[in-house]
Amino acid sequence: MDSMKELLWLIVALPFAGSLILTVAGKQLSRLASVFIGVGSVSLSAILTLMVGISFLQGNPGGVPYVESIWQWMNVAGLSPDIAFHLDGISLTFIFVVTFVGSLIHLYSAQFMWKDEGLRRFFIYMNLFVGFMLTLVLADNMLLLYLGWEGVGLCSYLLIGFWYKEPANGYAARKAFIVTRVGDFAMTIGLFVLFMNFHTLNIHAILIAAPGMWPVGSGIALVTALLLLGGALGKSAQLPLQTWLPDAMAGPSPVSALIHSATMVTAGVYLIARTHVLFELAPVAQATVAIIGAITLLVAGLAALNQHDIKRVLAYSTISQIGYMFLALGVGAWSAAIFHFMIHAFFKALLFLGAGIVIWSLDEEHNMFKMGGLRKKLPVTFWTFLIGAASLSALPLITAGFYSKDEILWLSYASDKGSIWLWLAGLAGAFLTALYAFRMVFLTFFGSVKKEPSQLPGLTMTIPLIVLSVLSIMGGFIEMPGDMGHFTAFSDFIEKALPVTLVNASGHYTELLFQLTSGLIAVAGIGTACVFYYGKPFAAAEPQRNAVQQFFYRGWNFDLLYDTLIVRPVVFFAQIDKDDVIDRFYNGLASLALWFNKILSATQNGRVRRYAVMLAIGAIITLTIILYL
Amino acid sequence: MILAGLIILLMGCGVLAWLAGRWNNTLPRIISLFGISIQLLVVVWIWLTHQQGSVTGQWIMTYTHSWIPAFGIQIKFGIDGLSLLMIALTAFLGLLSVLTSWKEINNRVGFFHFNLLFVLAGITGVFLSLDLFLFYFSWEVMLIPMYFLISIWGNENRTYASYKFFLFTQGSGLLMFLSILGLYLIHGHNTGIFTFDYEQLLGTVMQPQTAFLLMLGFVLAFIVKLSTVPFHSWLPDAHTQAPTAGSVILAGLLLKTGVYGLIRFVLPLFPQASHQFAPVAMVLGVVSILYGAKLAFAQTDLKRLIAYISVSHMGFILLGIYAFNEMAMQGVVMQMVAHGISTGALFIIAGTLHERIQTRDLGQMGGLWAKIPKMGALGLVFVMASLGFPGLGNFVAEFLILNGSFMANQKLTIIATLGLVAATIYALRIMQKVFYGKEQKTWVIADFSIREMGIMITLVIAVVWMGLFPSAVLTVSRPSVLKVIESVADRKAQTREAQLHRQTTLEQNITMTGASLPGHHWNTNSKKAN
Repeated sequence: MDSMKELLWLIVALPFAGSLILTVAGKQLSRLASVFIGVGSVSLSAILTLMVGISFLQGNPGGVPYVESIWQWMNVAGLSPDIAFHLDGISLTFIFVVTFVGSLIHLYSAQFMWKDEGLRRFFIYMNLFVGFMLTLVLADNMLLLYLGWEGVGLCSYLLIGFWYKEPANGYAARKAFIVTRVGDFAMTIGLFVLFMNFHTLNIHAILIAAPGMWPVGSGIALVTALLLLGGALGKSAQLPLQTWLPDAMAGPSPVSALIHSATMVTAGVYLIARTHVLFELAPVAQATVAIIGAITLLVAGLAALNQHDIKRVLAYSTISQIGYMFLALGVGAWSAAIFHFMIHAFFKALLFLGAGIVIWSLDEEHNMFKMGGLRKKLPVTFWTFLIGAASLSALPLITAGFYSKDEILWLSYASDKGSIWLWLAGLAGAFLTALYAFRMVFLTFFGSVKKEPSQLPGLTMTIPLIVLSVLSIMGGFIEMPGDMGHFTAFSDFIEKALPVTLVNASGHYTELLFQLTSGLIAVAGIGTACVFYYGKPFAAAEPQRNAVQQFFYRGWNFDLLYDTLIVRPVVFFAQIDKDDVIDRFYNGLASLALWFNKILSATQNGRVRRYAVMLAIGAIITLTIILYL
Repeated sequence: MILAGLIILLMGCGVLAWLAGRWNNTLPRIISLFGISIQLLVVVWIWLTHQQGSVTGQWIMTYTHSWIPAFGIQIKFGIDGLSLLMIALTAFLGLLSVLTSWKEINNRVGFFHFNLLFVLAGITGVFLSLDLFLFYFSWEVMLIPMYFLISIWGNENRTYASYKFFLFTQGSGLLMFLSILGLYLIHGHNTGIFTFDYEQLLGTVMQPQTAFLLMLGFVLAFIVKLSTVPFHSWLPDAHTQAPTAGSVILAGLLLKTGVYGLIRFVLPLFPQASHQFAPVAMVLGVVSILYGAKLAFAQTDLKRLIAYISVSHMGFILLGIYAFNEMAMQGVVMQMVAHGISTGALFIIAGTLHERIQTRDLGQMGGLWAKIPKMGALGLVFVMASLGFPGLGNFVAEFLILNGSFMANQKLTIIATLGLVAATIYALRIMQKVFYGKEQKTWVIADFSIREMGIMITLVIAVVWMGLFPSAVLTVSRPSVLKVIESVADRKAQTREAQLHRQTTLEQNITMTGASLPGHHWNTNSKKAN
């Protein structure tokens, strides 16, 4: 069993292989075979992850990282990154979530995409995505991490624009790629700074060397941390680079579940957790992380509340929930952030898959106001969706979301970097979360039936829902608060790889008081939703919005802002100079030469008298010059 | 002998192909294929058997034969890691060019292949010459057949494009010739030996101003070739109007002769002047990156768009060369090879599309993925390569260049890195306009044939291989790169040492009794003061 962990590389290789086989095999492959390969490769990876994980944990109480080098990528002037994988508590958690949630979503997709003509292409991209995501979280150096980082970005682009015939989808796909690349621009420069200072891009080596080289609060540490943060903001759709994620919902629902909620968008959280030492050396940068998280969770929460497209609600919800993770990272609650990442992956994937079924069975209907009464028609979907929404709303005691979010809320106040303001923001966000989550539930599943489902989900679609809903509840019990049993399996495990959170305020009573508050807030949110949306007859149309609601609906008009400030000027500038003003200069030279040619050839007119005059004038001029100069 | 043989082989096959074209259209193609295949085999053989030789930084092999002894002109070829890579790229892209023209060119096939092979022979000569006169000769040999390739087999606006190409390269080439003559004369005056031999001309002593002027002649010829803004405007016309094979050779190889010239000749011959020139060159590089990207984004003609991508990518190269460090220079070498392959592939795709639907207008394409998925998928690979997607060769190149330049000039590198964002914008536009979105016209169009798939798969393997195992390329070029870097760094150190030395002697002299100093010491002193 111990040698099992040496198969780490295979976990990454399998999805890539699946993608390659599907590509090479081409059209000859039957649909069933495509599904088999696509789902099979990721499922095998998941099983392998389990075995490697057990093998890694066995007889390794200290959580010593396991590094597996496959080959040396390059070796140029001191830059010698390997293609090497680094397994520790953080990466194990991430690969566990990626492969397990990933294989459930692949299984679901088998039926969801069955009738689509691009079935094989879909699985090619999905497998490719899983491969790149695993590379990202297992990379032992920043360059390989960057490879995975860009790789998932590519797959995100391809899958958002999966239904490529619709130009709007293509636009959303490009927007996602370009906006995240703006973040990557900062991150790339961050890599240059890291290499210049440490002469390596090996993450472990950098983290060990950094505290010795950079004093806490030094300018260079701040710059580096902020540059990396730039990359994280783009990938994780945090303010001000969040605008791409709501549009990314143009992709098929399983894509939104896997890429745009459970895994890829949390890559920023992973990056900050992975390079936590750099952020601890730059308290200002770390505080920025917390503040951005707090603002984002509020901004996105309010936007989610004013959407009518069920997937856009979930998209803003994802932005908001990642805001919580950033808040946690910013106050040094490292393991709480990772914990919330995992639980969020479970319930958000569940919600997206549920929403996918709703949309799929109602023939691509996205507007919640045109749905309703689906409770009886899609019972499994309803119950699992309800569990997902409860977990998202952090319904006290029974849902996993409560335990993960409560930990963040508590630490946002109690940690040595916490503050009452951060806690208040988180609390307000919690209210909004419960409100929009149950608004969604009531509008979709309760009330009168407005549209009959045209198709019903089979087992391959419902099994993933059931598994995920179990995880959305049970997942919370591996980490219990200090005043409730104090069972800390998860943080014990993570804190082998990440520092322990320093807590200032303490005492079970204080903690209990905070828990009660956040629990009440969640219930209040659900109650409010009940008052406004339960059993209300809404017209089956887009709702009327006042100016404020419209503002929130448009995501606080960030798109308008960027369009006016950046996109339009760039396009304008590009278009007025399409033919390249510099070329005019050369063409001008050419015209000038032609003009001279014309003038001079005009003198060659065959009239002898004119020639003689010219000759005489020329001679006089020449003689004058010779004689007088 | 092998080196001279390579060029004779290409020229010989060229003449044969021309003659064979009188009887048959297929025969010239086969002759070209044969000739270039032999070249490729020889290159592979050198690569496999002589790699040890390249580790020491010496020439792997040289060939010297007297040509015009009265003027000190000889036929001197030499190959090291850098030229080996370039020759390998030449043979590889040459082979693909013949294959892509197999069905595209049906008019005067013999003469076409004659020109094709002569361009390749000229390029091979440029990459191998160690005699400046021979170098200039080869430079001209590759120019004229290229002019014919554009003006005879080009597209609708070929006459304009071919004139423009000819004037730009010829004009700047003449300046280089003047510089070569200047160098020749100065070296002759200094030593009494009048020679064009590269290795003897290295380290020629001259006034800094003279060196700078002579350098400018070379630099101008080379940066016109690598289409640096503001000398880039020949490139979009030439690339757009040339037949596919012509575009592939232009982008893949001809641009690289400029890069090669800068690395092989400018830096080692004029190290100090190059240091003076570096800030200007780096700025030009950055301007090219961004301005090229901006122009690429605005184009509606697919080939023109790809052409401007080259302008942008060559900007990275200029930036990297003048960073004067190993990492950036290795990146430059990588970029030469990777750009050759990725842009070559894009031109083949554009050419294939043009051949099938008779338009290059992006406004008339769209939604083609459904009809030609293979072309779409392969297009995606090379679009990704162009935007610097990790795992493909171009990424390794751009990362090394930028990381290396960052150590030399942080501000400019940061601006240059914006080029990666810009690249995303123009590159994704290709995918959207050609393969995604709504169909603008209902084209009847065939996907890649087996021959074309063969070409494209070879290119994909090459670009992925370079992205994942770049060491294969980088170890070959390393000794040559180190040598160049040393030659630049050495002079810098020497000048600094010399200055230091002068200063200390001066100080010593001053501390000695001032009155007894001979007059010229005072002169140096006053000069210094001035």
